[in-house]
Amino acid sequence: MLGEGIVKGLIETARNFVGSYVDKDRLVTVQYPEERNPLPEAARNFPFLLYDGDDPEAGLRCVSCHICEKECPPRCIHIEKSTDKKPDFVGKQQFYPKVFNIDVSVCMSCQICVEVCPFDAIRMDKEFELSTDDRFGGLLWTKKELAKPNEYYQKIHPMEAAETDARRAEELKQTQAKAAAAAAAAAAKAAEAAKAAEAAKAGNGAAGKEPSA
Amino acid sequence: MTVSFVLLALLTLSAAVAAMSMPRLIHCALALAVAFTGLGGIFLNLGAEFVGLAQLLVYVGAVAILIVFAILLTRGSEVSMRPGARSAISGTVIALAVFAVLAHAVLTSGVSRMATTAVTPSNRVQEIGVTLLQQYVLPLEVIALLLTAALIGAVILAWREKSPAAQEGAETR
Amino acid sequence: MNGYFAMATGLAERVDQIFVTFDHWAVTNTPEPLRWLVSILLIVVPILAVFPGLFALTTVLERKGLGRIQNRYGPNRVGPYGLLQPIADAVKSLTKEDVVPRTADGVVHYLAPLVIVSTAFLAYAVLPVGRNMIAVHLDAGLLFFFAIGSATELAVFMAGWSSRNKYSLLGAMRAIAQMISYEVPLILSSIAVIMIAGTLSPEKIVLEQAQYTGIFPHWYVFTPWGFAGFLLFMTAAAAETNRSPFDLPEGESEIIAGYFVEYSGFKFALFFLAEYLEIFAVSGLGITLFLGGWSAPLSFLAVIPSWIWFFAKLLVMIGVFIWVRGTMPRLRMDQLMNFAWKFMLPMALIDMVCAGVWRFLPGGALWVVLRWLICAAIIVVPYVALARGLEQGRKIEQRVYRYAEEG
Repeated sequence: MLGEGIVKGLIETARNFVGSYVDKDRLVTVQYPEERNPLPEAARNFPFLLYDGDDPEAGLRCVSCHICEKECPPRCIHIEKSTDKKPDFVGKQQFYPKVFNIDVSVCMSCQICVEVCPFDAIRMDKEFELSTDDRFGGLLWTKKELAKPNEYYQKIHPMEAAETDARRAEELKQTQAKAAAAAAAAAAKAAEAAKAAEAAKAGNGAAGKEPSA
Repeated sequence: MTVSFVLLALLTLSAAVAAMSMPRLIHCALALAVAFTGLGGIFLNLGAEFVGLAQLLVYVGAVAILIVFAILLTRGSEVSMRPGARSAISGTVIALAVFAVLAHAVLTSGVSRMATTAVTPSNRVQEIGVTLLQQYVLPLEVIALLLTAALIGAVILAWREKSPAAQEGAETR
Repeated sequence: MNGYFAMATGLAERVDQIFVTFDHWAVTNTPEPLRWLVSILLIVVPILAVFPGLFALTTVLERKGLGRIQNRYGPNRVGPYGLLQPIADAVKSLTKEDVVPRTADGVVHYLAPLVIVSTAFLAYAVLPVGRNMIAVHLDAGLLFFFAIGSATELAVFMAGWSSRNKYSLLGAMRAIAQMISYEVPLILSSIAVIMIAGTLSPEKIVLEQAQYTGIFPHWYVFTPWGFAGFLLFMTAAAAETNRSPFDLPEGESEIIAGYFVEYSGFKFALFFLAEYLEIFAVSGLGITLFLGGWSAPLSFLAVIPSWIWFFAKLLVMIGVFIWVRGTMPRLRMDQLMNFAWKFMLPMALIDMVCAGVWRFLPGGALWVVLRWLICAAIIVVPYVALARGLEQGRKIEQRVYRYAEEG
């Protein structure tokens, strides 16, 4: 019958109209600035630099190896190497970046810098509200703005962070073990040398000073 | 002659002149529509509400639209030309002849001999209706018949003869 | 008790006529040489202020209503509940660049929005928005309304043609074809009212309906022919004003925006304004013809001023328009034409016959029911027959999906 479908449709839309006032579940829109859906863990938008401890300068993991700079497809990373060195987390002397800039407007959020970094120094952030009214300075992020503590990383990407931390702890342990082994070996060697010296001394009949490990 | 009449007359005349002399056909049609509107305004100015509004409804709303539609469909809107002077003389002669016939008809008709100080009737629309359906009912019906015939003719012209294949297609639709 | 009642009625009357009284007072209190100006201004300025204001309100209501129909919020950022959205829109459209295509016909392109807005405003001249509240007392007011309405077609054509854009030309051609087709049922369905009321004057038509039997009004919509006529009128009105589901001339998804695709900035806003003004005007006419104009729906409600009733009815009509827009998809061109000529036109003619029968059947006590039944039959039987006839030969087949899974 002509008009039947129209009436049916009108009833349906009226139900939706009234329902949207009665039943809040119908309104799926998230009122963005006030309400936010939690981001999924794998969300990523823009890289940041990790540092250990409290001091962003001393703890910065980046060793200024320039791999990310070279791999970056849109070339948004700019690094200047330092002339002096500072110890890294295992105590080894490394260079550090004197300047580390990323251009927000150029970055394409590809995560390649993260993939290639051998030092776990750069990671992706979930922060996506990067707009600014300053088109030049505001869009060029320097080391100061990029550096974020490891706790922050643990907060935004707990699983990845746990994996990284475990790996780094393992590495540290190995290094320390190696160092300890080296120290032990050195000590043994020293002891041996001492023993030999003693033997020699004994042999020579002369007592020397104990060599330091 | 009041100011409003002069203004309306000027509008109508200048629009009519424009309708004859504009280079683009669409502009002419639009100018013609303006002339029709001015004519309707003159009727209204004279207190002939029904006639004036019918003029607007029929001429601006229907005739002018029909003209522009016809121009559009025949791609005449693309053509831009100066009206040729070749047919000026014959055109003038025809115009004068038409004017003479019309003037003669008006002068010899009963209307011109009626008293010129006509009083505006109280309810014009009703009067027109009554006159049409009583005194002039036969002409009205004849015109209605003519229009119906025209309508049926148009339908028949537009009727596409269905080939068997098309009929089949229509059935499955 | 009676004294209080009389006083209340008197007060209601005063409030009802407040604008008329003010108008009269203002005109009589201005010096003689300026009177004509003041009396004109007092008519024109309210129309120019109220209806565009209503337009601003409608744009936000429409967006919110459509949003709610689709389970969205709609605009809710600018001002409380997004009510100041129109101001933001106005500022935006005023500050936008006015782009005119290089090949456009400059003069016609410029004139089209002006013509369409001015004709849309002119239609309000004969709309009685309250008791004694009408701009121009025209004896042939309805005819004026339709005459002015038909001039919009020309403006639409001007806009479409002068833009030199195939989409706008297509939109204009669609618009003209549609407007011409639907003007016929629009006028025919109002002729039924003219036949019964015996006048072309909107004021008198409202006065005819502003009578009460007991508490019930004599609105034409409560008669069989009036009800059918009202539905036909509003359907044709929706088509006449390019309103969804008859918005083919605009057809955003197919011809972008139809005849105003080449208009930007404030000219575009003018088209938008004109479109809504036409909707209000034609809704107002529908109210005047069938819904008793400014008269109250029940006799004791007449204490509420007549102009409030008119605008309340107008808002309801606008709401229905929004509701329909949120419900129905756009028609196809052939469906549109078929609907106009094969359904609307015969029904409008039958409605006229029905009105004639209603008029000449005696109105005695026994006849009241009988007349009602006869007239209802005159409407319903052809309706069913026409609907059957239109559906015949059209099979709706279940669509077979070859690749997609059926959900």
